[in-house]
Amino acid sequence: MSLTVVLLTVAALVGVGLWGALSQQSIVMVMMGIELMINGVLLAIVGFWALATDGEPTGQLLAVVALAVMAVEITVGFALVTAVYRARQADMTEGLTSLKR
Amino acid sequence: MIGAMEVASFEFTSVDVAFVGLAAASIATGYRVFRTDSMIRATFLLLASFLNVGAMMLLLAAPYMGVALMFMMTVEMVVMALFMLMFMMNPAGLNPMNMVHQPRMAAFGGVVGFAALAAVAVLGDYPDRPVDQAEDSIAALGEELLGDSMVIFETAGVTLLAAMVGAVALTSSQGRFGDGLEGSLPPTLRPGSENRPEDDLYDPNEGGMDHGAMDHGAMDHGAMDHGAMDHGAMSEGEMDHGAMDHGASADHDAGEHR
Repeated sequence: MSLTVVLLTVAALVGVGLWGALSQQSIVMVMMGIELMINGVLLAIVGFWALATDGEPTGQLLAVVALAVMAVEITVGFALVTAVYRARQADMTEGLTSLKR
Repeated sequence: MIGAMEVASFEFTSVDVAFVGLAAASIATGYRVFRTDSMIRATFLLLASFLNVGAMMLLLAAPYMGVALMFMMTVEMVVMALFMLMFMMNPAGLNPMNMVHQPRMAAFGGVVGFAALAAVAVLGDYPDRPVDQAEDSIAALGEELLGDSMVIFETAGVTLLAAMVGAVALTSSQGRFGDGLEGSLPPTLRPGSENRPEDDLYDPNEGGMDHGAMDHGAMDHGAMDHGAMDHGAMSEGEMDHGAMDHGASADHDAGEHR
């Protein structure tokens, strides 16, 4: 397999994730879109590590850091959903308007 | 080098096919996530996408990352499914729903994002230095994590700890200056109801007091009561005398009621 195939897959995953994150109304579904994009980023890092860096260990280290970013995103995301739901009964982005105007 | 490439292209044909198949599956399931009515199904489709990417990492000679991703995402998606059940209005997809906004702009953004990254993938000039499959990449990663790059690894750990503290702070209803929900509207007990819990007839504290008063009453009129019926009589009393809350009058009422 070539790096181009890996990166095309990454492009598709990030594109689908971006589309989902922008189009979904439910906050948890927006988080799913973001997850899909980070998934693509992880694949890109591992692809570069495996095919372009001669197996440099710091490449995998970067992937571990990206994995931690993913965990932080999901943790804080769920906490925000819980807090918003408790205060506003909203699980939709449309329910959050206090920063408008 | 050219000879090695030719040998490689012969040797890796089946791996290439598997890789392309997994890539197509991960993209297809990722797309289906936003096309299904059922939130639970969307969660497990996203899990399928992650598992395909994990398998691709295994093919890319990164077993640690692949397996770690698979395990982590399996747990994470189960938690996400629980959140879907708790918060979403259509977790099982029993009604067809279309909960999207700005669909055209979003599709445009997705296509532009894909096109830009695909251009980078196709037009970019990258070094061709594949990892040595015979090398133990897990041992190398372990030495990197607990050797030269230990501070980076530990920083990731502290970041996760900070995220946990932040999550608890966000979800706790107790704020620094009292109740974190001060001034916000509590949920209604029934969908569509205007009644807030404090307006509702049922109040757990009040019920508890009634319960006590009834006990007392039952003791006062012990001779007249049937022990086994006490509980039923009490709950009836609770319903009939929802508003009563003072010990003495409750005793009296309870006595009369019986």
